[in-house]
Amino acid sequence: MALASSAPAPTLPATGDRVPRPDPVNAFRVSYEHQILLYLRNWRGSLFSNFAQPVLFLLAMGVGLGTYVDNGGSNATGGVSYLQFLAPALLVSSVMQGAAGEGTFPVLAGFRWVRRYHAMYATPLTPYAIAFGQLAWNATHALMVGTIFAVVIVLFGAAATPGILWSVPIGVLTGIAFSAPIAAYMTSQRDTTAWNNIWRFGITPLFLFSGTFFPIERLPDVIRPLAWLLPLWHGVDLARALALGTAGQEPLLHIAHLAILVVVAALGTWAMFVRFRRQLEK
Amino acid sequence: MTTHTAPAEAPLIAARGLTKRFGQFTAVDAIDFDVAPGESFGFLGPNGAGKTSTMRMIGCISPVSDGQLSILGLDPTRDGPRIRGQLGVVPQEDSLDTDLSVIDNLIIYGRYFGLSRAECTRRAHQLLDFAQLGERAKDRVEPLSGGMKRRLTIARALINEPSILLLDEPTTGLDPQARHLLWERLYRLKQHGVTLVLTTHYMDEAEQLCDRLVVMDKAKIVAEGSPRELIARYASREVTELRFPVGIQETLGDRLAGIGERIDLLPDRVLVYTSDGEAVSNAVHSRGLEPETVLVRRSSLEDVFLRLTGRSLVD
Repeated sequence: MALASSAPAPTLPATGDRVPRPDPVNAFRVSYEHQILLYLRNWRGSLFSNFAQPVLFLLAMGVGLGTYVDNGGSNATGGVSYLQFLAPALLVSSVMQGAAGEGTFPVLAGFRWVRRYHAMYATPLTPYAIAFGQLAWNATHALMVGTIFAVVIVLFGAAATPGILWSVPIGVLTGIAFSAPIAAYMTSQRDTTAWNNIWRFGITPLFLFSGTFFPIERLPDVIRPLAWLLPLWHGVDLARALALGTAGQEPLLHIAHLAILVVVAALGTWAMFVRFRRQLEK
Repeated sequence: MTTHTAPAEAPLIAARGLTKRFGQFTAVDAIDFDVAPGESFGFLGPNGAGKTSTMRMIGCISPVSDGQLSILGLDPTRDGPRIRGQLGVVPQEDSLDTDLSVIDNLIIYGRYFGLSRAECTRRAHQLLDFAQLGERAKDRVEPLSGGMKRRLTIARALINEPSILLLDEPTTGLDPQARHLLWERLYRLKQHGVTLVLTTHYMDEAEQLCDRLVVMDKAKIVAEGSPRELIARYASREVTELRFPVGIQETLGDRLAGIGERIDLLPDRVLVYTSDGEAVSNAVHSRGLEPETVLVRRSSLEDVFLRLTGRSLVD
């Protein structure tokens, strides 16, 4: 179809076997490319907050609160400064929060507000390719947030050992373990009501009580098993052990942390893919 | 399929007993139709008649519940992405990416079809000229008017040079200028051999754009033909519209009986279907009736539509 004024005689379209087959790999690649393009066109505000958030948190909690804790003579942090105790856990928690957000608003926009996913689905893209693009971007964004956080930690002198670098991939894994199931859930939501409840009664309490600011041993016995059920504590505890160089003391526990994170991330991804398909194929 | 069949006669889209169910609700009830290459084919019907569900099945984004559907000689269940690669889709609800610029919308969409970035950019500029949006290339999508967004959506649907263009109520909500510009652009595509499949509830749009159409009502096809055939079959050549003063209308009773071929008594006016509108007007006056206004007009698809699908409001 040429749109020039000299119209060629219409030719019959290809049918049957002559219809070209789209490249299935292209679908996954381009779905991810769309998400990158969205970031490149709208990155300014988010990059600033990616830097500002760790700086503010480390200043307030690590330096401000930490001075009190360290002067109190408590040995609860295992002989390192409170800032060093806090830093890897705060990194993982922050990456988790960001990834949870990326599993929410972009998904609502994709299905309801902008209807981006519907536009994608009218092309050779499949629901799985569309879900992949979103999740791969969420992981990429988590990687960026985690890396920036790690740089700020090093600049603050809050890294006990080079093991702090492990916090970044563990943060990404924890991020996927939250982002994917939340995205799966959001596919059928019409607005942010449910999301507000997840945040209020889920994410915020998790952030506060998953061992980020104090060890979960300080929690009442009744509540402590909850930390086992929800994946944030596993990420926080594993990242901290690796950052402080203590992972070797309880190898089984830390392997269990990793296994649980991988399982939750895998189940969440599966749920997200299935739900994307169900929501688009109606 | 036999080999001596000329390819031009093989339909691009063929549906037999095509059915779509949502739970207990049947949205499309065993419909049959064919669309030939280069044809411009319309689905006409009130809201909820099943037009959009049919379009979504043709677009290979909604699984067929029952019956057969073949598009470009392929089965949507097996070859969905492959068929979609040859379609251009203009959905009823806008789905432009409002976080991207006008030209980015076209380029990224072209990328979905496996086109290179350079090729996408080349086609995007061409299509923006075609859609008269060349000067808005770098602008955001959000502030564009409804007509511009529709034109951009059509331009986007053309980036893969589709064999079939699916348009679901393409001009709903547009002002007359925007509608006429769209019709003109669509007519140009048709001249270039693009097969158009569209839904509408605007009769003038169907008359302007469709070579052939089906009227859908309550999930079924109730009539099929060219606009002219349908008018000949279900309406008359002309319609005489009579308006009587308040109070007289209700007392007309049988006083018009025998005039014209068929009479439609509406709350506000009387429609007389006839081959000669002037003769009806004379006949009415000769019976001593004095309508306030008399309008003789050609009958339109609207008359066909209302006759076939009734006058009651559909929500």
